[in-house]
Amino acid sequence: MLLSARDVHKTYDTADGPFAVLRGVDLSLEGGQSLALTGESGSGKSTLLHLIGGLDVPDQGQITIDGADIAAMDDAGRAGLRRGTVGVVFQQFNLIPSLTIAANIAFQARLAGQYDATWVDALTDRLGLTSQVAKYPEQLSGGQQQRVAIARTLAPRPRLVLADEPTGNLDEDTAASVMDVMLSLVAETGAGLLMVTHSSALAARLDNRLHLRAGRIA
Amino acid sequence: MNVRLIALLLWLPAASLAQGFAGLGSSAEGFALPEPNPTFTFPSDDGAHPDFRIEWWYLTANLTGDDGRDYGLQWTLFRTALTPTDGTGWSSPQLWMGHAAVTTPDAHFVTERLARGGIGQAGVTAQPFEAWIDEWTFSGPDSDAILRAAGPDFAYDMTLQATGPRVLHGDAGYSVKSAGGQASYYYSQPFFDIAGTLQLPSGDVTVTGNAWLDREWSSQPLGADQTGWDWFSLSFDDGSKLMGFLLRGDGDYSRATLIRADGTTVAYPDGAFNAEKIVQSQVAGRGVPTTWKVTLPDAGIDVVVSALNTQSWMDTSVPYWEGPVRVTGSHTGRGYLEMTGYE
Amino acid sequence: MIAVTFAALFGHWRRNPLQLFTLLAGLALATALWSGVQAINAEARASYDAAAATLGEGQFDRLVRSDGQPIAQDTYIALRRAGWLVSPVIEGRVADARLIGLDPLSAPGGLTPVGLRNIGGLQDFIVTGGRIFAAPDVALDGAVSDPAIAPGTAIADMGTVQKLLDRPNELDALIVGPQQPLGQTSLDQIAPQLSRQVAQGGSDIGQLTDSFHLNLTAFGLLSFAVGIFIVHGAIGLAFEQRRATVRTLRALGVPLRLLVCLIGGELLGLALIAGAIGVGLGYLIAVFLLPDVAATLRGLYGAELTGTLQLRPIWWATGMAIAVGGTGVAASTALWKLSRMPLLTGAQPRALAVIAGRGVKVQAAVSAGLLCTAFVLALTANGVVTGFVLLGALLIGAALGLPIVLRAVLGFAANRSHGVVSSWFWADTRQQLPGLSLALMALLLAMAANVGVSTMVSSFRLTFVAFLDQRLASELYVTAQSPEQAASLVDFVTPRVDVVLPIMSTQVKIAGRATDVFGARNHATYRDNWTFLTAGKTPWKDVHANVAILINEQLARGADLTVGDVVNVGEQPLTIAGIYGDYGNPIGQAIIAESLFQTLFPDVRPLRFGLRLPRKKVDELVKDLQSEVGLPASSAINQAGIKAHSLAIFDRTFTVTTALNVLTLSVAGFAILMSLLTLTAMRVPQLAPAWAMGLTRAQLGRLELIRTVMLAVLTGAIALPLGLALAWVLLAVVNVAAFGWRLPMYLFPWDYAQLGVLAILAAGLAALWPALRLARTPPADLLKVFSNER
Repeated sequence: MLLSARDVHKTYDTADGPFAVLRGVDLSLEGGQSLALTGESGSGKSTLLHLIGGLDVPDQGQITIDGADIAAMDDAGRAGLRRGTVGVVFQQFNLIPSLTIAANIAFQARLAGQYDATWVDALTDRLGLTSQVAKYPEQLSGGQQQRVAIARTLAPRPRLVLADEPTGNLDEDTAASVMDVMLSLVAETGAGLLMVTHSSALAARLDNRLHLRAGRIA
Repeated sequence: MNVRLIALLLWLPAASLAQGFAGLGSSAEGFALPEPNPTFTFPSDDGAHPDFRIEWWYLTANLTGDDGRDYGLQWTLFRTALTPTDGTGWSSPQLWMGHAAVTTPDAHFVTERLARGGIGQAGVTAQPFEAWIDEWTFSGPDSDAILRAAGPDFAYDMTLQATGPRVLHGDAGYSVKSAGGQASYYYSQPFFDIAGTLQLPSGDVTVTGNAWLDREWSSQPLGADQTGWDWFSLSFDDGSKLMGFLLRGDGDYSRATLIRADGTTVAYPDGAFNAEKIVQSQVAGRGVPTTWKVTLPDAGIDVVVSALNTQSWMDTSVPYWEGPVRVTGSHTGRGYLEMTGYE
Repeated sequence: MIAVTFAALFGHWRRNPLQLFTLLAGLALATALWSGVQAINAEARASYDAAAATLGEGQFDRLVRSDGQPIAQDTYIALRRAGWLVSPVIEGRVADARLIGLDPLSAPGGLTPVGLRNIGGLQDFIVTGGRIFAAPDVALDGAVSDPAIAPGTAIADMGTVQKLLDRPNELDALIVGPQQPLGQTSLDQIAPQLSRQVAQGGSDIGQLTDSFHLNLTAFGLLSFAVGIFIVHGAIGLAFEQRRATVRTLRALGVPLRLLVCLIGGELLGLALIAGAIGVGLGYLIAVFLLPDVAATLRGLYGAELTGTLQLRPIWWATGMAIAVGGTGVAASTALWKLSRMPLLTGAQPRALAVIAGRGVKVQAAVSAGLLCTAFVLALTANGVVTGFVLLGALLIGAALGLPIVLRAVLGFAANRSHGVVSSWFWADTRQQLPGLSLALMALLLAMAANVGVSTMVSSFRLTFVAFLDQRLASELYVTAQSPEQAASLVDFVTPRVDVVLPIMSTQVKIAGRATDVFGARNHATYRDNWTFLTAGKTPWKDVHANVAILINEQLARGADLTVGDVVNVGEQPLTIAGIYGDYGNPIGQAIIAESLFQTLFPDVRPLRFGLRLPRKKVDELVKDLQSEVGLPASSAINQAGIKAHSLAIFDRTFTVTTALNVLTLSVAGFAILMSLLTLTAMRVPQLAPAWAMGLTRAQLGRLELIRTVMLAVLTGAIALPLGLALAWVLLAVVNVAAFGWRLPMYLFPWDYAQLGVLAILAAGLAALWPALRLARTPPADLLKVFSNER
C-alpha cells in the first residue's frame, strides 16, 4: 500500500473558535493508481492533501506512505519526505521567482539528490518548455508556469504526486492540455496520484473518486 | 617605559629577560675580572670598583623592637656598568639601584630607587665612607655609621657600630661561585650593632639588633647553567656566624664560611655545606621554600632555618625573596635568607 | 541541497539588484560615517596620548622657576638628595622639531620611548650613541622613528640634549613623581626659587578637545542610527518579498533550520562586505576631513595632530563589528519571525513593516515612555553619561513617535479634505505611511542632528568671538625672552604707545583649586572691554582698591563661589567682585590688581605685554621692535592677526560640520529614495484603481512627489524643535558636566531655513525618480492588476 490514511482528524483555531476541518477520514491508494478528491469549498480536501504531503500534521489518526507514519516524523523527517518521496503541484504554481525555468525544473530533483538530466530533458520537451528554459517565471503565462511546476514535481520521480486544483488558475483550454500531459506523465512514472479538484469532469478522468463533505468521506 | 623593565635590564646587562637571574652568568667582555689571592686595602676597597661590571653594598639586620617583636631591615645599593668605558656627567655608564625593606612578622615593606652615575645622584666614596642614592645614605666610619632610607609607606633612621673585624670569604676574599671557576671578590662586616627607629604605618618603633654588611664585586659571578641561589647569613647565640650559599644549576654548588666570635674564619669547599628545602610557601603566586634544613657536618651544625615572615617578597624590578629568619637545632640564633631565581 | 537552496535564496538578490544595493549601501554608508568619525577621533586621541606620554604634560605636577629661567642641575641633585622624586626635563628646538631631553631612569612610568625597551637601546641612548627618538613626522638625521611620540617632537637623553642645545647643567622643569617618600624636606628649604605647577589632571588637553570630539561622536552615532534604519528597512523588505520563496522551499522539502542558517549566513556575508566597504569609505571621509579637524584642534587648543591618517586595526574591528551588529539587530526580528512562520500561511508579501493595531499602541507607549524619561532627565541630569542617556531617550522616543504623529496629522487632513482627489490623496498617503516611516525616522534624526549640532557650533562661535574681543583688546601683544629684554622693551615702547599693559601671572590655590592668578593694570581697556556673567556694581574699582578679585566661571562653578564671597590669595582675603566667562580653559583663573599682585608675588616679572596704540601704527612698531630691541617678529602678535586666525579656525570647524551635515542628509535622502523605489512595485495595485477612475499617470506621479515633499516638510517641522532640544542638552547638560562651563544658546533661524530647504530638496530628489517611474508605468502593467486578480 503506497498511501493509507486512517481516522484522520484536524481542527483549526479560528476567530469564531475551533473549527473541525477533518473528522475522521480514511483513504488508501496504490502505486500507479489515481484518486480524485472532490468536495465543496471548506470541505477539508486541501487540508487533507496538506496533511498527506507532510506540510502539516494531523491532530489524530494515522497517515502512512510506504508504511512510514508521517505524524511520527519530526520537521526534518517530513522535509525529507517532501523532498524525495512526495511531490506537490500547487494551484498557485509556487515557482521560485529568482531562478530560471531550467533551474526551477531541476530544483527539486537536485534538492532530493535524484537529478537525472535525460529525464529532466524529456520532461521539459514533453511539457513544451524547451524554448522557455532561459526565462524567469514572471515571463511565462499561467499555463506555462503550471507546466514548469509539474516538471519540477516529476523530475525526482516521486512515489506519490499530490495535486491541489492544478488547473484552477487556468482557462478551460489550457487546463485541459495541462491535465492531459500531467496524467500521461504520472502514469509513465508509475507514481500514485491524488488530485484535489472541484470539477467533476476532471475527477471523472481519474481511476477512483472520493467526495468529502463536512470533513468526512461521503 | 616601565621603570621596572629598565631596572631589570640594567641589572641584567646583555641578558635576555627569559634568563632572569641566570643572566648574571653571561660574558664580561672588556670588564676587569677577579683574580685569585687578592689583597684588599681598606678603606679604599669599601668604595666602588667601576672597572668591574657589578657591585653591591648589601646590609641586612635582625632587630628587636621595644614592643618585643622581631623585625628585619635591608639596605642595598647595587652598581652596574653598561660598558667598561669611562664617561662623566650624563654620559657615565654607571647605573645605580637601591633597595630598602623592613620586615615585620606580618608585613613586608619594600621600595626601590634608580639613578644615573656621574651626576651626583648616587655613588659611593671610600673616604669618608658614604654610599648613597637620592636621600638614602649609609655613611660614616665603622665606629659610628648612619643608615637611612624611606619609601612612600615606611622609613628608617639607624646608627651602627662595628664590634669586630671585616671578614674575607673564600680564599682571602676570592670567592669561587661555580665548578667552572667563576668568582667574585667577597668580604663582609658581620659585627655591626645597630639601633634606631623604624617608621611604619602602624607607628614608630624603636629597635636594636645586629647588622651584617656584604660587599661583593665582579664581572661574571655565575656559571652559564646556574639559575639562582639560596644564601644564608646566620648569627648564632654562641657568637659564631655562618655564611653559606647554594648556587642552583646542573649540579648544585655550595660554599660556606664559619666565622668565630673573634672574627677568625674557616672556609669550606663545595659540598661541605648543605641546605634542604623542608617547607614551601606560596609567595607572590609562586612556590618558595621558607623553611630549610641547613647542615655543615664538619662544624657540627645541624639547624632548621625558618622565615620570620614567609611573605618577604622583594617586589622590585628583579623580584626575589629576602627576609629575616630564626634558627633552631644544634645552634640557635637568627639571620637572613636570600633566595633568587624563583621565577 | 545546501548549494541548490542557497542558489534559490540568493537568486533573489540577483533578480532584485536594487534591493541588494540598498542593503549594502545603507549598511556601508552607516558604517562609513561611524568609522570615519571614529577614525578622526581615534587619530586625534592617539596624538594627544603621545603628547601627554612624551611630556608628562597634564599628568604630573611640575617644578619650574617662577621667573621662567632655567633650573641648575645642582638644584635637581639637591632635591633628589632631599627625598624629592623628581625627573629632569629640558626642551629646545632642533631643525624645526621640538627636542626634549629626559632621564629614562628617574622619569615616571610611560614617559620614555618604546625603543628603550631593550638594554642595547638604553646603552645607546645614555652612553655611547646619543640616540634620538622622534615622531614619524620629524626629519632628523639618525633619529629612530617612534609613533608613540607626539607629532613634531623628538626625544633624547638629558646629556645628549644638553650637548645639542649647548646648555650644560641646565634643566627647564622637573616632573614630580606620583609617589613621594616619607620625610621629604620642604621645597622652600631646598629650592625656594622653584614653584610647583599642579597637574591639570582630569582636565588636560585631551579633555578640552573632547568638547570638539563630543560633537563628532554625537554626529557619528546619529549617522549610524540613520543608517541602521535603512538597513532595517532593506532587510525587512527582503524578508517580506522572499516569504513566498521560503514557503515554496519548505514545501519542496528544505528543512527550516537550514533556511534560517542560510539566510543568517547570507546576511552575515553581506554585512561583512558592506562593513568592509564602509570602513574604506569611512577612511576616505576621515582623510578628507582630518586636515581640517587637525587645523581646528591646533588652533583652538594648541593640540598637535599629525595631518596623516594611519589605518588602525581598531577601526576595522569596530567598523566590522558595528556593521555586523547593526545587521544582526535589524535582522533578528525578521529571522525570528521566519523561524516561527507556519508553513501554510504568509505566502503573500505583506506591505513593508506594517504597523497596525497592537503594534501601534506598543510603539506609542514606548515612545511616550522614552520622552517622559527624557523630560525627567532634562530636569535632573548632571553628568556626561546621564546627558547621553537623555539624548538617546529624546531621539529614539521622538523617532518612534514620528509615524504616530504623522498618522494623526494625515487622518486630520483626510477628514478635512473635500475634493475626491484630495480625499484619495490623504487616505492613500496614510496608507503608505508605514512603508515610509523608517525612512522618515531616518530623515527626522538626520535633520534634528543637523539643527542641534549647527546650533551648538554656531553658539560656540558667537560666544567665542565675543570672548576674543574682550580678551584681545590690545592692538599688539609682545613677549620678551628674558626679564632684561622685558625691561628694555618697556623702556622702548612706553613713549611710543598709549599704554603698556603687562601680563603677569602665577599659579596659586584659591578655595583649594589650582588657579592662574593675573595682575591687571588700572586702565580703561579692561573696564571698557571686559564683560561679566555676574558682577557687583563697580568690579574694577573694587579690584584696584585691592579689596576685590575677579574669577572665571570654571573656578566659580568648581568651588561653588558667587559674587560677594571672600577668598584668600595667599594670606590676602579678597571679595569676589565679578565672574567672567573663560571658554576653553581647563582650570581656574582670577584677576587682581597689579599693585597687589606685585606685593604678593614680588618674584614674578612679566614677560608679556599688551600694547594700546593706533591700529595703523602697529606694523611700524613691530618693525622698530625688531631692529631696535632685537625682538623677533614671531614674538609680536598683532591682535587682528589672532582674531583672523581664530575665525579661520572656526571656519574650518564649519567645513567639518557642514560636510557631515551634507553626508547625513544624503544618507537620509538615500533612505527615502530606496523606500520609495521598493514601494513602487507594491504601489501599482494601489494606484491602478485611481488611474482606472480617471487620474492620469502624470498626475499620479506628481502626487507621489508632492506626497514625499509634504511628508518631509511635516518631518522637518518636528525635527526643528527636536534639534533645538538636542542642542540644549549638548550645551546646557553635557558641556557643563564635561567641561564645567555652560555655553549660551543662540538661535539661527536662517541656518534652519537653509537646512530645511536642503532636507526638502533631498527628499524631493529622492522622490523624483520613483515618481517619474510611476508616471511612465506602462498602462499594460496597470491593467495587469485587474487581469491578474481572480
